Formats: sequence, C-alpha cells, structure tokens
Amino acid sequence: MASTAVGGSPGGAARQRRMSPWRRMWMRLPRLVVYALLTLVAVVSLFPLYWMFNTAFTPASSTVKLPPDLIPVNATLNNFRGVISAAGRGRLLLFGAEHPIPMPSFVIWFINSALIAVFSAGVHLLFDSMAGYAFAKRKFPGSNLFFWMILAALMIPGQVTLVPLYLFVSRVKLNTMPYAAVILPGLADVVGIFMLKQFIQTLPSELEEAARIDGASEWAIYQRIIIPLSAPALAVTAIFAFQRYWNAFVWPLIVLPRSDYYTLQVGLSFIHTSEFGLNYGYLLAGASMAAIPMIVVFFAFQRYFMQGLRIGALKG
Amino acid sequence: MDRTIAAHPGVLRQLVRAWNRYKWSYFFIAPSMLLFGIFIVYPVLQAFVYAFQKVDLRGATWVGLKNLQDIVNSELFWAAMRHTVVYAVCVVGAWITTSLLVAALIQPLPNSIQSLFRAAFYLPNVISIVVIALIWLWIFDPDYGFFNWLLGVVGIPRVLWLQDPDIALWSIVLSTVLIVPGSGVVLYSAAIGAIPRELYEAADVEGASPLQKWLHITIPLLKPTTLYLMVIYTIAGFQIFERVYIMTAGGPINATTTIVQLIYQTGFSDFNYGRASAEALILFAIIAAFSFVQFRFLSTDVEY
Repeated sequence: MASTAVGGSPGGAARQRRMSPWRRMWMRLPRLVVYALLTLVAVVSLFPLYWMFNTAFTPASSTVKLPPDLIPVNATLNNFRGVISAAGRGRLLLFGAEHPIPMPSFVIWFINSALIAVFSAGVHLLFDSMAGYAFAKRKFPGSNLFFWMILAALMIPGQVTLVPLYLFVSRVKLNTMPYAAVILPGLADVVGIFMLKQFIQTLPSELEEAARIDGASEWAIYQRIIIPLSAPALAVTAIFAFQRYWNAFVWPLIVLPRSDYYTLQVGLSFIHTSEFGLNYGYLLAGASMAAIPMIVVFFAFQRYFMQGLRIGALKG
Repeated sequence: MDRTIAAHPGVLRQLVRAWNRYKWSYFFIAPSMLLFGIFIVYPVLQAFVYAFQKVDLRGATWVGLKNLQDIVNSELFWAAMRHTVVYAVCVVGAWITTSLLVAALIQPLPNSIQSLFRAAFYLPNVISIVVIALIWLWIFDPDYGFFNWLLGVVGIPRVLWLQDPDIALWSIVLSTVLIVPGSGVVLYSAAIGAIPRELYEAADVEGASPLQKWLHITIPLLKPTTLYLMVIYTIAGFQIFERVYIMTAGGPINATTTIVQLIYQTGFSDFNYGRASAEALILFAIIAAFSFVQFRFLSTDVEY
C-alpha cells in the first residue's frame, strides 16, 4: 500500500529548507500532535488487554487494594495456579468415554478448544477450497443458484438458526456426541467458500487446461495446481476459521452438556458464575490463557488478517 | 424400464454424458452444500415454521400469529429493541468516526509506523468477547475497579457502572466504543491510500485548504467504505449478546436486555422455542433490511 502524504504539496520540501529553525519546528508540530493523538488512542484501545495481564500477574492480596498497582509489582503465577485448581478436575473424553484421562478441567477445556479449532480449520480448508474451486472455475447446472444461496446466507444472523438447530441436534441425538454437535454446524459457514472463490477466479486457467490436455485427473488438477496456487487465500481461510472456533461462545454454551466437554470460553463463563466469580485475579489469569493463543496467531499471521478483511469487503 | 430407455437411447446417452461432464463439479461442492443444507437452509426454514407454533421438546402445535402478538404486546421486547437500537446507533457512530480519524491520521506516516499502529489497533479485535467482557467487568468493579479509582483520583464519587439501571447500558456502550475497531482502520486506510494523488494536487492548484480537501475529496471518495462499514457494524451492533450475557445478563431489572439476550432467555431459560424463533425472525428482518441497503448502495461504484 502506497503511503500518500495527504495534502502534501510539491515543492514543500524546498520551501522548508529555507525556513528558520523555529519556523521549521512549528511546521513539524502537527506531526508531533498526530503521533501523540494516535498513541493516546492506541493506549486507550489496548488498555483492557494490558489490564488483564497486569491483574493476572498481580498477587491476589494486591488486586483488592487502592490505589491499584499499575504494573505488576511482585509478579507471580499464583493466579494461574489458582484458576486451574478452582476449575476442579475432570476427565478428558476426547478419545471416547471408555478411555477417560483424568486431568485438571482447565487443561481439558484448553485441549478441547485447541483441537476443535484446529480440526475445524483443517476441514474448512478442504471443503471450502473444493467448493471455491468449483464455483470459480467450473460451469455446471445450478452453479449460479447454489452461489446465490451462499451469498444470501452471508446475511442470515446466527441467532435465527440457534433454536431450530438446537432442537434438530436434540432430535437426531447428535448431542450425545458433543464434539460432533459443536463442530458440525459451524462447518456450514460459507464465508470461506466465498473468499476462496474470489481468490481462485483470479488465477490464470492456462495451467489447468494444460494439465487436463496432459490427461491429469480432475482431483489431481485441484490438488496439484489449484491448492498450491491458492496458498495465501488458504492461510486466510484457516486463520479466520481458527479464530471463529477458538472464540465461539453461544453455540458451545448451549450444546455442550457438562464440564468435561467445555471449550475454554464456556469454561471461563462457568468460572465467572461459580463461587470464584469475584476473584478477578483468577478470572483474568484464565482469560489471559484464553487470549494468548489468539495473540500469538495474530502476530504470526498479521498480514493475512489484513488481507482477509479486504477480500471480505469486496462482497456486495 | 429397459424398454423406456431403449425407446429413447438419445436421452440416456445425453444423461450419461452430462453426468460424466459435471460429476466432478458436484463432487467438489457436495460436502459444503450438504452441510449448508442441513445446518443453515433447513434450520432457517424451520425457524419460519416454529415462529407460528408452540414448540417444546415433545412436539409442536400451530398457534398462528400468537407468538408475534405476544411479542408485540410484551414490554420487555420493546425495551430490548430500544436498548439494542441505542447500543447499535452509538457504536456505529463512534466506530465510524474513530476508525476514519485514526486511518486519516495514520496515512501520512512512514509505512513501517503505519503498520505498527494498524497492528496495535487490530490486536484487541482478535480476542474473544467473553475475555473482553470479563476484563471490563473488572474495570467497572464498584470497589476496586480501575474506573472508580480514576474517578476517585480526580475527586468524583464512585459510579455503579453496571449496577445502576440508568447507567449500565451506557457502560456497555462505553466498553465497546473505547476499543477502536481494527477492521475500520484497515479498510479506511486502504481506501484512503487508493485515492489518486492528482486530485489533491489539482485542489492545491485551486488553493484549497486541508479542511476543504478533506471535506470535498476524501470524505466523498470514501463513501463506499463508509457504507460497507456502517452496514457490517450495524449488523454486529444488533447482534450484541456475549458482552451483555457476561457483564449484566440483561440486568439490573432488564435495563440491558438486548434482542439476542431476549432470544436466548426465551429459548433457553423459558424454553419457549416458538416465541424465540419469532423473535429471531424479527432480528433477521432488521438485518436483512440493512443488508439490502448494502447491496443497493454499494454496488454503485464511485469513479475517480
């Protein structure tokens, strides 16, 4: 992205050189004001996150005192230990209820969240890229109809399907398999298909056609040509899907039957309503552990977040 | 069967040819479309049916427009609607303003500093609302919260941010608008970067002031971005739930109940599934109206 100096006039630099140092400083002032303003807004915006970490690392005795410590004096991990023991112990049921692995509930929630998010992001990659490829490069009867249905679905708020979905999941007994019940409905999300379709249709068709003439199978064309060329868009899709599942709250809250199946977000709201709900040191240590994976993902894949936004904004 | 096919060999051959030609396309879309049909299309259609039924886990009976009548006659629904509209209007206004200002201020800075600021503004937006809401609960704590401490320092008596029915909704608005929306900053700053410099140079020749250039070049050319953001933020505003659920659960005395909080209560505390579906459809209608606006106005592209 080009940085355009908005309002900068040609010859301004030359004029500046002829100025007295005082006058030059006066001209620079707006730039200083800009930096000060931006920094102020950024500090306000980042303050809640900072305050979470600050409280999480502050000893319990210091969270409930005035004035509050603005930086963690005597930083400690006690709140982290505290919240893990406050959540109690449970059994990891991921490998089936016949082989439960006993461990602290908080760790179970973390593992549940991580595996649900990673698994779902992976399935999204496969299904969305297949559909995105078909819609971008192939003409078939019904392709427009299906694609318009997808576009229409983008504006359906999730709350509309919440109750019918819950009743459906109970009726077909899908809720007896909590992991499937929490993952499957989310896989129907169509944003990824839309993003990948937008990206794949910008790829040149010559490679595909050459491969087809050479007798490559349709699957091979998808797997060996489309997939490698779409790597950046696939990264965006995977990251957005991971974020959506990691941060998901309402559906897991409704459909997950008990603590052993909770995700981290549901677990946090559970601690919040428990007897430890007013122990903010504990709560925010738990919240930090829920936030850190997303922060790491953000810094590792920052540019994909920005790209994804712009692909999404092209719809309409 | 055999005879029919034998009678129309051409039709069969055409079908086989069509199948061979299109089978891979259908194979590629099959998994997504199957999930889409089961978990989106079917429940949406079902919601339209449930809205006119009395539904519990045993079954459903038709009640006509009773659910809608109950909703329209319920004071809580209108209160929830009012809270949601107030929240959405404040949040959209504040988010559009701050992200536009921040994007404009960022623009003249060197590229590396620009991306540093963009990252800083985007970071809080990747964190789950549950986490954000828990943090605000602590900042708003009446006794040891950061805000009341800050007020105490400048000699203002403490405020019951989330416990006072007259203030709670505004506190939830405040907790939302104090975090700059990263998406708005990123999209505005891309849009400002795409405005051709010649326009500003032409304005310089005419002797336009920076404010004039801002009002007559920048703002009009950002209209598509502004509209897009207004629509997605309005939709997000109307869907506010987690923040309320964690911070106040709709209280005190329903002072912060929003539409989605109401849908959740109706469906999953009162187990009145029919009425919850009807409430969800009303939300759907509002959001569909806004999406329509988006499709209507955004497709007209601005020309430079």
